Order: sequence, then C-alpha cells, then structure tokens
Amino acid sequence: MKPAAFRYHAPKTIDEAVALLAEVAPQDGRVLAGGQSLVPTMAFRLAKPTHLVDINGVAALNRLGVAGGKLVIGACVRHAAFHRPVCEGPLGALLRDVVRHIAHYPIRNRGTFCGSLAHADPASEWCLVMAALDGEVAAKSAHGERVIAARDFFKGVMTTALRDDELLVEARLNILGADTRCGFYEFSRRAGDFAMAAALCSYRLEAGKIVAPRIALGGAEPSPRRIAEAERALAGAVPGDKAFRAAAQAAMAAVDPMEDATTSAEFRRDLVLAVTRRALERADKS
Amino acid sequence: MNRSTPSPASRGRKESWIGQSVERLEDPPLVAGRGEFAGDINFPHQLHMRIVRSTHAHGRIVSIDTAAARALPGVYALWTAADIADVPPIDFREGSIPALDPYRQPVLASGVVRYVGEPVAAVFAEDAYVAEDAADLVAMDIDELPPLLDSQAAPVEFSPGHGSEAALIRQGYGDVDAAFRTAPHIVELELAIGRHSGVPLETRGAIGRYDASRGILELHGAAKVPHRNQELLSRMLGIPPSAIHVHESHVGGGFGIRGELYPEDVLVCVAAKRFKRPVKWIEDRREHLIAANHSRQQLHKIRAAVDADGVILAIDDVYFHDQGAYVRTHATRVVHMTAGILPGPYRVPAYRSVGHFRLTNKTPAATYRAPGCYETTFVRERLVDAIAARLDIDRIEVRRRNTIGPAEMPYLRPLEALGESIHYDTGDYMGLVEKLFAKIGWDKLKADIKKRKAAGELVGIGVAMFVEKSGLGPIDGVKISVDTAGMVEVVTGGASLGQGFETVMAQVAADALGIDYRRCRVIHGQTDRISHGIGAHASRATVMTASATHIAAMKLRAKALEAAGELLQAPADTLDIVDGEVMRKDQNPGPSISLGKIAQHLAPGAKTLADREPGLAAEGWFKTSHQVYPYGTNIAVVRVDAETGGVAVERYFIAYDIGRAINPALVEAQIVGGFTQGLGGALFEEFTYSEAGDPLAVTFADYVMPAIHETPAPNILLAQDYTTPLNPLGIKGAGESGITAVGAAIASAIDDAIGIPGAVTQLPVTPQRLKRLLANGGVTRP
Ligand SMILES: Cc1cc2nc3c(=O)[nH]c(=O)nc-3n(C[C@H](O)[C@H](O)[C@H](O)COP(=O)(O)OP(=O)(O)OC[C@H]3O[C@@H](n4cnc5c(N)ncnc54)[C@H](O)[C@@H]3O)c2cc1C
Repeated sequence: MKPAAFRYHAPKTIDEAVALLAEVAPQDGRVLAGGQSLVPTMAFRLAKPTHLVDINGVAALNRLGVAGGKLVIGACVRHAAFHRPVCEGPLGALLRDVVRHIAHYPIRNRGTFCGSLAHADPASEWCLVMAALDGEVAAKSAHGERVIAARDFFKGVMTTALRDDELLVEARLNILGADTRCGFYEFSRRAGDFAMAAALCSYRLEAGKIVAPRIALGGAEPSPRRIAEAERALAGAVPGDKAFRAAAQAAMAAVDPMEDATTSAEFRRDLVLAVTRRALERADKS
Repeated sequence: MNRSTPSPASRGRKESWIGQSVERLEDPPLVAGRGEFAGDINFPHQLHMRIVRSTHAHGRIVSIDTAAARALPGVYALWTAADIADVPPIDFREGSIPALDPYRQPVLASGVVRYVGEPVAAVFAEDAYVAEDAADLVAMDIDELPPLLDSQAAPVEFSPGHGSEAALIRQGYGDVDAAFRTAPHIVELELAIGRHSGVPLETRGAIGRYDASRGILELHGAAKVPHRNQELLSRMLGIPPSAIHVHESHVGGGFGIRGELYPEDVLVCVAAKRFKRPVKWIEDRREHLIAANHSRQQLHKIRAAVDADGVILAIDDVYFHDQGAYVRTHATRVVHMTAGILPGPYRVPAYRSVGHFRLTNKTPAATYRAPGCYETTFVRERLVDAIAARLDIDRIEVRRRNTIGPAEMPYLRPLEALGESIHYDTGDYMGLVEKLFAKIGWDKLKADIKKRKAAGELVGIGVAMFVEKSGLGPIDGVKISVDTAGMVEVVTGGASLGQGFETVMAQVAADALGIDYRRCRVIHGQTDRISHGIGAHASRATVMTASATHIAAMKLRAKALEAAGELLQAPADTLDIVDGEVMRKDQNPGPSISLGKIAQHLAPGAKTLADREPGLAAEGWFKTSHQVYPYGTNIAVVRVDAETGGVAVERYFIAYDIGRAINPALVEAQIVGGFTQGLGGALFEEFTYSEAGDPLAVTFADYVMPAIHETPAPNILLAQDYTTPLNPLGIKGAGESGITAVGAAIASAIDDAIGIPGAVTQLPVTPQRLKRLLANGGVTRP
C-alpha cells in the first residue's frame, strides 16, 4: 500500500499545467485532482505514474457558474459543492439529489466532478448525468483546446476520448427549463457504494403528455448512455405506472449488461428494470 | 447509552463497583490520540519487512528470481524458504498433533504454493517503500496445479501420502438410526455458511527486536494470546520462554483472528535475532483480506427425526468444513466445536455428527468471534423453523416443546467443545424469550407485520435462540499489589482487544478492596510481568481473569485488614475499607489508615513489618473444569425489496442473560458490535473466489461490510437472572453474545417476509441470491 516513487508538480495556471502535461504525459505522467480514485489505485500499485501534475493550486479551475445558458463546472470543483443547488431550477435540484449518492462526505470534500468524468467509472453518477443531459467537456493540451460531447467522450470502462496530454478544463451542462421533470434512482448494496445500476430521466409535459424524454442508465454497461428504445416507449405517453413500466421494460430489453464473478447479467437486467421505473416515478413526483 | 461514574466525593459511603456502567479507564489516551498501536512502535535502526505472496492458488515453485530485488539500493536482505530451513512450520497451540502435523503452514512456502497470498519470500529494507519496490521485483516461476475450491468435492492429494481431508470428526450419542426408522417425520436441509471473517480496523503488525545485551528476543504488536505465542515461539525457535518477551500494546480489534501466531510474526523474530536489528512489519488491508485467518465456511447436510408434535427425536448432521490451505494454530478447534454446540438450547435425544475437515486452495481458516456457534445457530434454527413449517406448528411453539427447561439444569450433554464436556450450568432459555416478548410487545409486533403484509409489503419477523459457551479454563492467575501511594496494580495474563478489559478488572479489584476503580492500573499482555496468561478469547477474559482478580484482591484485602488491625488496635473483622481507608465498621467517622500507609508499614525494612513477608501484595488463581453457558434470543424485522433483492433490517432485538454484568454498558457495547458483525455475515460479507482460485474480495470495495446506514441500533434486553455457581462472582461471558444468532434470525425473517418457508439456505443473503430465490419460488422446501 505504498505507492511507487513519482515526481510531483504543482502548477499555478492552466497553461503551466498543460505545458507540464505535454512534457510528462509520454512517461505516464498524470493529472492529480481530488485523488479519491487515483491515490488508492497508486497505493495498490495498479497505477505507477512517474509524474503527478497536481491541479489543485490552479485557481482558474475553481470556476462554477452559469454562462451562455450552460452550467460550467471547472476541473477543481468538488462533489461537495453540489450539496446545495448550484443553479436555479431543476438542474440544481437534480445535482443536489444525485450528489448524496456519491461515496461518503469526506470523499465528496476532495473528489471532483471533472475527475469523475476523466476516471470514467461505469457507475459514476456524474458520468451518468453528463450522458443523460448531453453535456460537453472542454479539453486543453499544448496543441489547443477542443470540446467533446458526452456521447463521444465515454469509451468504455475507465476509458475516455481524452488524450494523455489533455487537461479536462471544465464540464458544461445545459440549464434545464423550469418545467423539466427529473428523477434519479440507484441501487447499491450500501449507502455510498458505486451503484450496481442507476437511472436518470427527464421529460416535460405538454397537454398532459410526455415530450422530450431522456432516459439514461449507469452502472449497467461499460459506459453510461441514453436508451433510445426506452425514450421512444415514453414519448407521448401519459405519465403513470403503465407508461413507466413500459419504458423500464424497454430499457431492460435494450441493455447489454456487464457481468462479473459475483454479478450476473440477468441480475443487472432486473436492476435496470427497477431503477428505471423508480427514476421515472421520482420524476413524476418532482 | 447512559454512563456515569460516581464521584469520588462519595467518601465514607461503601461503593459497589460491580454492576456499574462506569467510564472506561482506557479512553483518555485513545480519544486524545495518544494510543500506541503496532504502527506507532518504532525502534532505532529498524528494518521494514515486506512479504512477497503467491499469486497462484496452487502450483509447484519452479524458481524464484530475487536478483533484481536484492540489487535495489536500500535492500538489506531477502529470504526464501531455503534461508530459514531451520525454522519449522507454525506449530499448533497445544503442541504436536501427529495426524495433523503434515498440514501445518511453513513460514515461507517451500516447493508448493497452496493459496493466493501465501508468503513466498520476505524482503528486509531500510524503509517500507523500498521494501515494497523490491517485493515487486521478485519474479516467481510457478508451475500451476489445479486448484481445489470446493470442500464437498472428492478429496485429492495434499502432499505425498496425505489427502486433503485432514480429519474426520465424529461426535454423537443415542440410537440415531432407530429414531429415523420410526419417526413420523423427517426434515432434511442443506445449508451453507459463507466464508467471512473478523476484519479489525487495525491490521496486523509485528515488530521483532533482539536485545543482545540481555539475550532477550522481543515481539511487539501481539494481541489475544501473548503467552501462548511466547510458548509457541519458544518451541519453534528453541529459545527458553523466559528469554522471549511478548508485548501487547493498544489493539484496534481482534475478533479471534488477530493475535494468532502467523508466518509474519515468526519472520520478524527470526530476522531480528539474525540481523541484530529490529524488524517491523505492518500488514496492509489487501494483505489482511487474503493472509489473516478466514473463517465460517461450512456446508451442512442435516436431518431431524421428529414426532407428530414437532418434538425432535434425533438429529443427524454431516458437514464439510472448508479449512483453506493449511491447518493453523487452532488445529481442529472450530470443526470439533461445531459438532459439540450444534444442538444448542434443545433436547436432542439422539445425535450424530460427522464433520469433514477439508483443505482447499484458499486462505487458511480459524476462529472468528463465536466460532462454530454462528454457523451452527444458523443451521439449527433453520432446522427448527423447517420443522415448524412442515408440521404447521407455530415457530415459537415448536421451540417451547423442545427447549431445555430450568428444572433440567445443570444439563449434561455427552458431547465435547474445546476439550470439555458440554455442561449447561444455569438458565431458563424459554423464559428469556417470554421476557423479550413482553418487553417488545410481541403480539402487537406480529399484528403490525400482518397488517403491512396484507397491504402488500414484504416484511417479516425472524426468531432465533442460542446458547453460547464462555469462560474456557482451565486456570488463570493475577498478581495484585498496592504501592506506597495507595495505587493498586493488577498484573494479569489477560489481553485487551479494545473491549474494556482494564476497566472491568479495575472494577472487580476496586470492589473487593473498597477503593475507587480509577486507583487501579491493570497490566495485560506482557509476558515479562507474569509468567502465565490465557489472553482474551472464547469470551473468557472476564470470566477467568476477573475471577482470579477477585480472588487475589480478596487475599490482599485480608492482608490489609490484618495489618491495619494491628495498627488501629482493632480485630480485623471489625474493619472495613472505604474509599481506600481502613476504618472500623462501627465508627464512621473514626480513626482510619490508608492502603498506601499500610503498604509503607509492610515495606521491606519497615519496623512494623515484623515476621511478615514484605509488601502489600497477593496472588490469586482461579481454576475451573467447566465453561459457563450464557444464552439469548434474537428477533429481526426485515423488509425485502422484491425488485432489487435488497434487504433492510428495520428493527432488531437481542435478549441475553449474562448472569452478572460487571459493567452493563460495556456488555451492551459488545452486543452491538457483535450484532453488526453478525449482520455482515448474514447479508454482506463474503470472501469469494474465481474458478482459478483468485480471491475476489481483496479491498473494502469488494469485501462489503455493513456501515452505519445498513445497521439499525439493536434494542437490547440485558438480563442478569441466572448467575453461574461455577465462579465466585457468578459471571458468564459477553464477547460473543451479539453475533451468534444474527444469521439465523435474519434468514428466518427473510423467509417470513417473502412467504417461502425454508427459502434461505445460504449466507450471506445477497441481493442477487435473493432475486434468484424469488424467481424460483424458493429452494429445498422441506
Ligand atoms: C470509498 C469510495 C467510494 C466512492 N464512491 C463513488 C461513487 O459512489 N460514485 C462515484 O462517482 N465515485 C465514487 N468514488 C470516486 C470519487 O468520486 C472520485 O473522487 C472520482 O472518481 C475521481 O475524482 P478525483 O477528483 O478524486 O480524481 P483523481 O482521483 O485525482 O483522478 C482520477 C483520474 O482522473 C484523472 N483526472 C482527474 N482530473 C482530471 C482532469 N481535470 N483532466 C484530466 N484528467 C484528470 C486522473 O489523472 C486520474 O487518472 C468513490 C471513491 C472512494 C474512495
């Protein structure tokens, strides 16, 4: 549980950080954000980065606010920042509901929103939020800056479109209209554990019927994603048990669940059914 | 929990310290961050040890390449088995057992590796980081052999000439076959308990130091059984016991697994002696989960012959005990005890138990809090529930018809546990159930659950009864003395794993001596202070060591009164000790003399000493040939989530009769802690393995322990109705009280919630397993 030796760098600006990354990334140099995933991995020696570029001292990365109709979340914004709504309307409330499922309080005080995206655990709540709401991230390297849509960002278990020398500078989420209904539900064996399956959904009502439905799943497949089949099942329906069950059934049929020695695909499929329906029920009550 | 410590201003009033929930003497340094755990112990010039462990479940060692590791700057030495060929395998606590000797674990694997995590090499380096770097550089070439992972599978060869069934344990009495031939009903079950274990907050640690100036080998970081380990090391290393000092410091939890003698303990001792430098080893969590003792895994095929009224006529049990790769210090203790304690609180006229003690390619197993008892309580109570379901008799009524009554005490059962015959001393098992029912409003609870069920909720109630063993003898001794300042020192051979040992011993001594318990300093776990000790295990510390403390303190009291009588010119029997002052019973206030003053008068060279042996000191021994048997009942209320397979424990009730509680708050704390661990084994914790024998639960993300959200505060009924005549204070043990019946009660509650009697046949009941039960409509319906 003692990490292998590494060199530690503490840049003060984004440019410094990016320049350092350009230099050390080829030798397995990595960004250190909240350290809540990276440091345990290093303690187990599953990762042995030779350089760490600690971004915690980069003041510009603490940005958190609304600009151009989007919520902008800088790379050093901690999970705990979301304990209270960070913006008005359904989005702030949704993020507040979601955050309490992420680990435990001390971990939420260190771990970052963007670090979760870069780490890309299949069950990460923030990754699910980004996938469900079609968020985007801004990535910067010595070669310049680019914007990556969530649907192109997650590439599998702990794999993203981010290049080794890129710093994820910020994540952005569209502000949700006041009439958007959102619901989130996850199942884990203990409070604070990574979810065995999680669902996030949103929709609006027009003339009592569901429009613009979004249903996304996390923890079930290698990456979180929207489930078109389930959304289709919901579109135009009157909210209620019948519609929610139909959408949940469609989600269950559409997923290709991960499987491991202690969790069968069949069980995860059952969970998908449960979490999808419950997320929809919560949206209905929101 | 409401604790209060009577103020010392109670001068003049006779205090009884026994039975009071006084504050713990241990706490001030612990809450101030001044504790000293194994990790806090350091010596100048120490080396750090890191163990290189097998990554294969089973294989022949072809070669171990250590060159790169040795070449790393800062590496002092690197050992494989060949370097310690003179060190024998880890011995059994009770000495050689020829039939089992071939199954002992070598300190470093030689020739063959038998589980993932088995120590293969040891690196000694200037710091812990370098040690770990070097360990990473050791390359093992292992010729893989097929792993054996199922204790039920046909035995294979363990080593040339020795099969993987290390022992076949038979216990029993009566004509079982006749009972089964004629019984109107036979109820049959197959039940499995998952592999799990105690996981203390503090991992293991061992610091070896050789004091060449005195020729003393020291082992620091000991726990549980320091004296036993001193004897074991003495035998293994050929060093007289008095030249080995074993020291216990603060211990962050033991639960039976911490403190046994493991390969790492032997290595730091041998290395310290050879290198003439202190050697420190601190286990990391991953190591802990694959290297420290596992426990519990058993599979029982059990049948009961029952008459038309649900009365048990005979029980026939065949079980498979998954021991893991080697037989460790306990030898057959758990597997043997399993047979002895399975019948529990019930009359069982005929009984046959056949235990297969089988080796597999997993981490070796041994005792974990309530060893054998957690397992068999699950098995027995499942069986009784199944009898109730089969005959359609109320679960409580079946128990009433089979439970041993108070008039049948003492109840002798011709079985053995821990080398003693089973001899229930006192108790009213069903009476305690009724008492708990009255306290919690049983009928109303049942009615509430019925109403919620009718409304569609999957809620249920489970009940389980148990009898625990405690206070294993045969003997324990305590030395007690008063210094010239009136401070009392109680030197015990007990051990403190965090349970409040010091406080309890101080209360017992204070009670006998008429002093404030805070005037007592209690020594434990130091083999250089007292030559005998039993440590702390099998719920025995309070029963055995407190009894010895009481005897020693009463002797000292008599000495003090005798000397005071002369000084105060009053017969000893007219005197009493109040708040550390000896005074006349009939004159209060009156002339008095403090215990410190008496110690001055008895000091060597004091004029008043006369012909007496110097010192105000005494030694007390307590001997016993029988354990004492506390008992209890658990009631669980659970809610099942049919869609996810999740189980929420809504309420939990524990009744326990301890005979006499020295410190009720500490007993309740033991019950709460035990309950939490029991819940772990019931719903969460399991050491799982892949088909290749790779352990899958090697971090706290995969070895899932219940945390505060998952654990309701149990509601406790601590009864003190049936003291035992077998020790001077009438006490029974507390350590294992909370854990024993949790798996049984929760299984029973889940059955009730899902409306499928006998559904739960395996612990832990994970969401996935429960979903499967619901999908199949239950399994093995009797
Ligand atoms: C006990 C425990 C329980 C947990 N439970 C949950 C849970 O339920 N749900 C959940 O989502 N998470 C959980 N986590 C993980 C936690 O949320 C982490 O904080 C998060 O996954 C990573 O964020 P971090 O800031 O700590 O990143 P770090 O650990 O510092 O980094 C993680 C990875 O991302 C890279 N990285 C980080 N930031 C950037 C960046 N700006 N640009 C480029 N690369 C970057 C790092 O190089 C590293 O590879 C848990 C953690 C623990 C210890």
